[in-house]
Amino acid sequence: MTDSPTENAQNPESYEVLANIAQVLENDPDNGLEKVREAFNGEFERAQQAVAEEATDLDQLKRVRLAFTGDKSAFTLANKQMRSLSKEHKAEVGKLMGQARGRLNKVLEGRTAELEAEREARILVEEAVDVTATSGRRHAGARHPINVLQESLTDIFVGMGWEVADGPELESEWYNFDSLNFKPDHPARELQDTFFVDPVEKHLMLRTHTSPVQMRSLLSRDVPLYIVCPGQVYRTDELDATHTPVFHQIEGLAVDKGLSMADLKGTLEHLARSMFGPEAKIRLRPNYFPFTEPSAELDIWHPTAKGGPRWIEWGGCGMVHPNVLRAAGIDPEVYSGFAFGMGIERTLMFRNGVADMHDMIEGDIRFSQQFGMEI
Amino acid sequence: MRIPLSWLREYAPVPADATAEDVMADLVKVGFEEEDVHRPSDELSGPIVVGQVLSMESETHSNGKTVNWCQVRVVPEGQTQTLTGKGIEESGVQGIICGAHNFVPGDKVVVTLPGAVLPGGFAITARKTYGHKSAGMIASVKELGIGDDHGGILVLSTLGLDPEIGTDAMELLGLYDQAAEVNVTPDRGYGFSIRGIAREYCHATGNSFDDFVLELAAKAPAANAAGFPVKVDDSAPIHGNSGCTRFVTRKVTGFDASAPVPTWMSSRLRLAGVRSISLAVDISNYVMLETGQPLHFYDADKLDGSIIVRRASAGEKLTTLDEKERELHAEDLLITDASGPIGLAGVMGGASTEVSESTSSILIEAARFDEVSIARTARRHKLTSEASKRFERGVDPQIQAAAAQRAVDLLVELGGATVEEGVTDFGDAFEPTVVELPNAYTASRVGINYTPEQVTQTLTEIGASVEAGESAYRVTVPSWRPDITDKEDLTEEVARLVGYDQIPSTLPVAPPGRGYTVEQTVRRRVLNSLAAAGSVEVFAYPFVSADDNNLWASASANETVESIKLANPIAENTGWMRRSLLPGLTTVLKRNTARGFRNLAIFETGYVFIPKAELGVESIPGLGQKPADDVLEAINAGLPEQPRYIAGLFAGTDTEATPGVTPRAYDWQDAVDAVRLISSVTGVEIVISQGTHQAFHPGRTAALSLADGTHLGYAGELHPKLLATTDMPERTAAYELNFSALIEAKTGVIEATGIFGYPATNQNVALIVDADIPASDIKAALAEGAGDLLEDIRVFDDYRGTGIEEGKKSVAFTLRFRADDRTLTADEASAAREAAVAVTAERFGATQR
Repeated sequence: MTDSPTENAQNPESYEVLANIAQVLENDPDNGLEKVREAFNGEFERAQQAVAEEATDLDQLKRVRLAFTGDKSAFTLANKQMRSLSKEHKAEVGKLMGQARGRLNKVLEGRTAELEAEREARILVEEAVDVTATSGRRHAGARHPINVLQESLTDIFVGMGWEVADGPELESEWYNFDSLNFKPDHPARELQDTFFVDPVEKHLMLRTHTSPVQMRSLLSRDVPLYIVCPGQVYRTDELDATHTPVFHQIEGLAVDKGLSMADLKGTLEHLARSMFGPEAKIRLRPNYFPFTEPSAELDIWHPTAKGGPRWIEWGGCGMVHPNVLRAAGIDPEVYSGFAFGMGIERTLMFRNGVADMHDMIEGDIRFSQQFGMEI
Repeated sequence: MRIPLSWLREYAPVPADATAEDVMADLVKVGFEEEDVHRPSDELSGPIVVGQVLSMESETHSNGKTVNWCQVRVVPEGQTQTLTGKGIEESGVQGIICGAHNFVPGDKVVVTLPGAVLPGGFAITARKTYGHKSAGMIASVKELGIGDDHGGILVLSTLGLDPEIGTDAMELLGLYDQAAEVNVTPDRGYGFSIRGIAREYCHATGNSFDDFVLELAAKAPAANAAGFPVKVDDSAPIHGNSGCTRFVTRKVTGFDASAPVPTWMSSRLRLAGVRSISLAVDISNYVMLETGQPLHFYDADKLDGSIIVRRASAGEKLTTLDEKERELHAEDLLITDASGPIGLAGVMGGASTEVSESTSSILIEAARFDEVSIARTARRHKLTSEASKRFERGVDPQIQAAAAQRAVDLLVELGGATVEEGVTDFGDAFEPTVVELPNAYTASRVGINYTPEQVTQTLTEIGASVEAGESAYRVTVPSWRPDITDKEDLTEEVARLVGYDQIPSTLPVAPPGRGYTVEQTVRRRVLNSLAAAGSVEVFAYPFVSADDNNLWASASANETVESIKLANPIAENTGWMRRSLLPGLTTVLKRNTARGFRNLAIFETGYVFIPKAELGVESIPGLGQKPADDVLEAINAGLPEQPRYIAGLFAGTDTEATPGVTPRAYDWQDAVDAVRLISSVTGVEIVISQGTHQAFHPGRTAALSLADGTHLGYAGELHPKLLATTDMPERTAAYELNFSALIEAKTGVIEATGIFGYPATNQNVALIVDADIPASDIKAALAEGAGDLLEDIRVFDDYRGTGIEEGKKSVAFTLRFRADDRTLTADEASAAREAAVAVTAERFGATQR
């Protein structure tokens, strides 16, 4: 301990000189000032040594600082005697004092900055965590991909100026069948295995397709009319890997002057490219639907299909049957229209590789979660 | 429809090497979608040859079985075997062990030689058995995959065959043939025939079709006085259409009912999916498949007097060919004789006049019945037959005499029958449909400028006759196309025959739209927000039990609700439409917990179905014309209310334990927070007040309403007893609200209030009030008393217990005051606070703590 500048058992000479400046100058007029100069240097060096050797942390530095700048420090004691010094001594000693204190402060500040930087670095090290260890405090949920897909599809049409129409799921048979040119007793009606409301004589049913919304829109809006109708529909199929009694469709209807199958084809091509990329193509094959004539089956060339590009059956379409327009009070000699529809589940199946219908309707959270908010 | 290629080839130029896949690829272009391929040779391969049994030695073995050790010649005598392979004897005589006993030496049989493979991957090899080396197998029809009979081996003479030894038996039995199966849309009944498909195949491949039916029709004799007496007496036509518009009969005698069915016929029938039964039955089926005209054969000796076609009368019964006794309906069209009903017209014949092994005289019926009448009868009796399927789609009204002629020819040729002179042909002359097709119409609808030649040629190809006029074509529609009734139908014919692939592509421009509706936009925002806040969107079926609705859609256990019932639900116990989304969501919750996910936040949106007194209408308008306004109004008024709801569930904890994260248990507040989120996203205030609902915890439930008091739903913790009895996680919380009603209350523009920068002054106040006074009421009173300076008010504590009188509680509020034009003084804030407290004192007797 005897080596420690701040813990000396006996005060060193430099301290004694500065603590008694007045006396030293008075006792030794010739060399007194030189002694004082040496004492300032000595005291500064002592402080410098103390900072270097003892100020290992900020607390120790504070102790060192006190020892050399506090009330009992040599500098403070020297300062207190300034008043009693002669004028010429006062100027000289003041200068020496200023230099010594300035140098000391620099040393102390430098060390403080060093130690503070060290402490900050240490705290940051101590505060480090393994960011990979935690699975998070809050988790986003997920949208159901069927709804997200419906929204993506309607976005495409809204972008083209079309509007989106909704309608009831529990419908009158007239809207679902008769108004759409399904003859009573015709086998086409049987193909759409219908859930009827009890008693059946009241002609209420769960809509078997989104097409009744076509008729509702034709009756409630003016032509020209460009609408899409997404929604839930029902058929009495047993649930299996590719069927479910409750599923979703999107349907489009355009009624205007001079619309032809070429317009239908162009619209479907635009849809296909928007959904499946610029490489997508469509193909129409003759088919039959009571509410369209001519009617077509819509195939899509899926350029990025699992297992290689290929044609996939996507939906049905055609030119609106004049009886449908007539049922809405629209003159088929003046207006013509086209309509198309496709299954949302089916689209999700081939677009996103969903293999089993059960996954879409069982509500297992893993199914929606794998998609998040996107599809 | 399954189309054996050998059959199609008789009437259309199908290339010899075309496969079923090739044929389907052609047919799909004209609108017949591919369904399946039926090709016996995919499962069966040779060498399979005709052999003659030279000798057979019966041996009884220690296992009690008696087998025959046979020597079978498989190449003609005097020749040597050209086939090679392990176990094939050069001598041409194979030693074969056979367990069957239905044959004698000299019989010709089918021998599957070593190297052959039978259906099911059964490979034939030479092997040691019963002390002999058996090199091959004598096959039964079942082993060959061409029949069910496994009673013995196939003796070729029973099929009327006596082929040369060594003949390829697969060829002999028609096993190299194959069938293409295509889907026939409901409008194209004629597609249910080889005739129709052959025509379409010609359309698809650019060939012209030579209609074989015309030849038959020319050959068929005209009706005469000797014809079997038939009377049609329809007293109750449906939609004014007589049930029977054509009825042709022919009669043959001396038919040999035991004559074999030729293999070409049985193999085609088999490929077409029709089982071979007997020569007479097979001929009637064969002619139906070929021409599309269903036939019925009566045992003429069993008929009692003349035939009368009429509607059934009440209480009448008929035993049909499938041996079921059927109670008849007054709308059923019947074939009757003096004994009563002998057939359900166009659907199924009766058992009493059925042809049998002893039949020698046959009366052939080729009739045309009304589509609707047949469709209704078939549906009523749940009896869909090959005949009814064709009749309800419309059978060619001109084909009956030709089809009957074809049947006569086959009965004579194959069954040794003699045709009688008598011919009956009831019915009026056919009036073809004539359609005017304006010249420019097809172009305007399809977008292709078809040349007049293209229009005329395609329509002629489908069998129409076309007269070009000044402004329109006059098109006489062929009799087999009842589906063609207007110019749109003709347009489709032109478009599909020229090819849909020729149609150009243009993108129509819609008039400017108004984008999504407010409801659609806000709905999507709400669903996205709920998902972003941690809930997972799911779907559930809307089918529930009546009890589910009574529990979830009625706040009180003492009241039940009406529900809409389905007439034909998937399951009887869930035969009602939901009035709440929560039954479905709880099912989804339980499915997830059963799969190991106990921490769940899920939600759903969808319609619920609220019945009303007058549901539905008694009758609905017909096709092709706009109903009167009041009729439409009645239809719309007959629908139940179907508002959109949103509901959600929270169970378990908000996350799993992980470093630095302690999971928080979900509780009622999560449900109420979800409601607050919905309110904030929609911009419609939802008032949360204390509520009760039988499915919810009596003390932890919020009733939700609009500011005007309109009830919206509930949020809170589910009743602990319900959770326990239905096996749901403890403390599961739920919310459900009427989203449609919420959106309806949405008003247009939100008025902004100014934001002022003067300092705020916070004042706290703790009030002691009766414990049952809701905090929201006290808050409202404070806000009312505090005046305009109040910027915000919040409950920060609710304390009951030590220091507070029993039955009371201490509720503490922070009131934030701010003026918009100056810095408030402490005195001003205190004065406002005291004014606020004064209102609570007056209203609730509140005292400051």
